[in-house]
Amino acid sequence: MLSYIDKIKEISSRLLKDGTVDMIIGFRRGTMPMMNEPHFAKTAEDVDQLVWDSNCGLNLANYLTNRTEKIGIIAKGCDSRNIVTHIIENKIKREQLTVIGVPCKGMIDKRKINAMFDGEITQVTENGGTIVVTGEGFKKKLEKDAVLQQNCRLCIHRNPVIYDELVAEQVEEQQDIDRYEDIRKIEALSPKEKESYFDELFSACIRCYACRNACPLCYCPTCFVDESRPQWVGKSQDLSDVKTFHFLRAYHCAGRCTDCGSCERVCPVGINMRILTRKLEKDSFELFGWEAGLSLDVRPPLDTYKPDDPDDFIK
Amino acid sequence: MEPGRLQYSWISSAESTKFVDVVKQVTAAIKELGPNQTFLKTKAKVA
Ligand code: SF4
Ligand code: SF4
Repeated sequence: MLSYIDKIKEISSRLLKDGTVDMIIGFRRGTMPMMNEPHFAKTAEDVDQLVWDSNCGLNLANYLTNRTEKIGIIAKGCDSRNIVTHIIENKIKREQLTVIGVPCKGMIDKRKINAMFDGEITQVTENGGTIVVTGEGFKKKLEKDAVLQQNCRLCIHRNPVIYDELVAEQVEEQQDIDRYEDIRKIEALSPKEKESYFDELFSACIRCYACRNACPLCYCPTCFVDESRPQWVGKSQDLSDVKTFHFLRAYHCAGRCTDCGSCERVCPVGINMRILTRKLEKDSFELFGWEAGLSLDVRPPLDTYKPDDPDDFIK
Repeated sequence: MEPGRLQYSWISSAESTKFVDVVKQVTAAIKELGPNQTFLKTKAKVA
């Protein structure tokens, strides 16, 4: 994936120079290893700072909401699906965008890698399928496939679904992936067991809302958790409030979430709240045959009515 | 939430008897389940 960057820079400079776009949204190196950050490139010097490697896990569609400029955006498979979702939800116009598609081979899980070492990691480099982690008193090679983020391991749409330019040949999509093994296990629990499972899952949440802020779907001007007139949900650390936040947020993402993994990636305490969004993703697929963000021409199940929509829950 | 605590029905404004039946049935079902035990807020711990 490292080889992509030359092509990304070449396309970006060209688009900026000929005035096709006012800015390029991509990534630059962060201040810590494995923490690339979003970068808005408007000049040739800015373009020089662009990077591409296995630490570009944030979803850049998050930065498109209600923008008025002409934008070139670098898009992995998941970003492109959220761009589609943004377009059909009227948060950005297709005409404003030049999508620079990146066929993706997955992003690495910084939490997993950090947990493998005692000391502080000072540098992480990569070469093809190998990741080299260097820190105080250690240097170790890892197989990239063994340290992928879970959502990347389960990803079945690695190639961008819309693009104007592509930085490399399309990659082969992963086949025979069972996306919902863990979800089925939770579905099988009794209500009591589910309750303790979710209590445990969210017990460490500090309600910083980083997960919501990193989410391209969570663009509401006032989120229900911030609204105080009326106050929909309590502000406390009590688990009933914490779970209300997480359950409701997940429902707001139903039929829209692409499992890009940004929410889990940014959580300071490493909570896997994707369990909730993936359950709803599974339901959307099983009940409506729907996968979010694959087409500009089909309306999502929650804003259309079909006579054969499932309704066995209504008595 | 345990199954049965949340119920949906489709009742037309002309179906008064269905409305009565459903209300009776829901009330009986919920009474049987007893008070909700989940999603309860514990009192804040204060010094
Ligand atoms: S990012 Fe993590 S700690 Fe913050 S609100 Fe979300 S789940 Fe809670
Ligand atoms: S959680 Fe819901 S209300 Fe809050 S920003 Fe996301 S979609 Fe909007």
